[in-house]
Amino acid sequence: MTATMTVTPQTTPSPSPGSTRRRNGRRRREGLTGWLFMLPFAVLFVFVFLIPIIVSVQSSMFAQVPAGDGLYGGGELEDRFVGFDNFVTAASSGAFWVGMGRVVLYAAFQIPVMIVGALALALLLDSFLVRRPGLFRMAYFLPYAIPGVIAAMIWLYLYTPEVSPFMPFLPEGTDLMAPGTMLLSMANMTTWTYTGYNMLIFLAALQAVPRELYEAARLDGATGWQIATRIKIPLVRNAALLAVLLSIIGTIQLFNEPVVMESANSWMGLDYTPMMLTYNSLMGTVSPSGTGIASAYSLLMAVIAGVLAIVYALVQRRKGDV
Amino acid sequence: MSTATPTRADRRAAARAASAADLPPRTLRPSPTAKGFGMVALVAAAVYFLAPVLWVLVAATKNNRDLTNSFGFWFAEWNLGANYDSLMGWTQGMFWRWVGNSIFYSLSAGVIGTLFAVMAGYAIAKFAFPGKKLAVGVIMAGLLLPVAILTVPLYVEFHAMGLTDTAWAVIIPSAVSPFGVFLGMVYAQASVPDELLEAARIDGAGEARIFFTIVLRLLAPAMVTIFLFIFVATWNNFLLPLMMLSSADLKPVTLGLFGMVSYFAPDKGAVMLGALLGVVPLIVLFFSLQRYWRSGLAAGAVKG
Repeated sequence: MTATMTVTPQTTPSPSPGSTRRRNGRRRREGLTGWLFMLPFAVLFVFVFLIPIIVSVQSSMFAQVPAGDGLYGGGELEDRFVGFDNFVTAASSGAFWVGMGRVVLYAAFQIPVMIVGALALALLLDSFLVRRPGLFRMAYFLPYAIPGVIAAMIWLYLYTPEVSPFMPFLPEGTDLMAPGTMLLSMANMTTWTYTGYNMLIFLAALQAVPRELYEAARLDGATGWQIATRIKIPLVRNAALLAVLLSIIGTIQLFNEPVVMESANSWMGLDYTPMMLTYNSLMGTVSPSGTGIASAYSLLMAVIAGVLAIVYALVQRRKGDV
Repeated sequence: MSTATPTRADRRAAARAASAADLPPRTLRPSPTAKGFGMVALVAAAVYFLAPVLWVLVAATKNNRDLTNSFGFWFAEWNLGANYDSLMGWTQGMFWRWVGNSIFYSLSAGVIGTLFAVMAGYAIAKFAFPGKKLAVGVIMAGLLLPVAILTVPLYVEFHAMGLTDTAWAVIIPSAVSPFGVFLGMVYAQASVPDELLEAARIDGAGEARIFFTIVLRLLAPAMVTIFLFIFVATWNNFLLPLMMLSSADLKPVTLGLFGMVSYFAPDKGAVMLGALLGVVPLIVLFFSLQRYWRSGLAAGAVKG
């Protein structure tokens, strides 16, 4: 979306010859009008995106320490300038990297399963198997209409042996919320919610292709399988790469599912994912706590996401050369 | 997308879908075996996606005993009324207020966000102004920024301004949609002809009047799409209200339900009824405006 995006050049009608002043005036007026239309969004954008970034850099340089020097460190909390100490604490925090490791492991199997599943469903719906693909499309997209927290609450019950409608059919002693299965169970929630959404993206990309292309391939003797793998999949490659990138960014911030699961499985702890750790250090329920260290965790996650975005851009560019 | 208006593209897609439904060209019709396997896969996937929703529908009518003992996908003793009373009881009568809050936040963010995004998208598509390249770059970077990570510094900023625990703390951040600007820009490039703008200017119409009377009308389908994206994102956001709001009477329905479930252990049927009632407005919006979703995702997919 970003890499190939271009803005169509402005075509200003040629001004009457010789009147540079009028042309300059016109251009200035156009610039002013453009900015006036940009202004409301720009103000909110600065307020909601840019200032918080500055705030987080600034607040990550301070730690919240008790003001008193007494034995129990009594008194109000005060901000003390600590330079890069919070970053050192964050980057050397075992809990942060263990959480990051979980998230990476989770992404490593959840994203491929979801993207391949979405692509397979899109290809099936695009190959004239069913007369009314609309019904299937709606069924697959429906979970996206259910907010993440509520979906997690539903799945929590579906994983609870006493309530679950399908657990009785699984082998005796299956525990879907044990330390060994929790990541898989949460991956299933995310897959359930987002597969249909990604399928719609792929389907939209596929349907933008003129059907005559496939007919021509058929006449040249290509099988249905060859059409899918040689023509269709390369055509949705860009959309798939973007979906993967957005999924990686979404997974780094994994929060809703583990929070809901933790409410019934306290063994997970308050630092199961980096975002949970960040939230709970802001709330003061894990140590070290305070806005300083929470900002440092946030920035660290942003840097990791940024690195991934750059890797993605490089992959995109390399593909452009081929 | 760049040559046709969204509506025209929609109509063309619809026409193609209709003709495909009637008679796919003989060469593209799948063989019977392929068709058999494909159908099995499609139906299995539909079961996977729909079964949990069906289970919620049934579970909302059951008491705790039947949830454990009866077949999950069929009704047992009808307990809907008692579950409703129980839901009202443990939410302390706040349930509909929470649903109302969700509607209010999502509507406000959707309306403000859509208008601002379309204005910005129109400015980028149709005007040359200094700093435009930079503005586009920054907005598109915002598209890739993990928003949850912004929530901590947003909390710090809003707390300093005394805005935490107010409706603004949810509405303002939700109204800023870089993806909305992107869609607005794509649609404005595709469906607002330069000649029309020039003609209106020659007729002496001011820029504001051109925008509000001509451009907005042309961009109406785009605005529905952008509104839908912002509305649903606001309704689904959990972390932002969790950090920003502490008063029970300001909570959106997602936060309210979660809070109650994690502190008490209410009847499970009542929780499922709450989950169901808390998503009904979203589901209605989803299916009544389905084609707008598709045109929005198509713009993203084709441009991507």
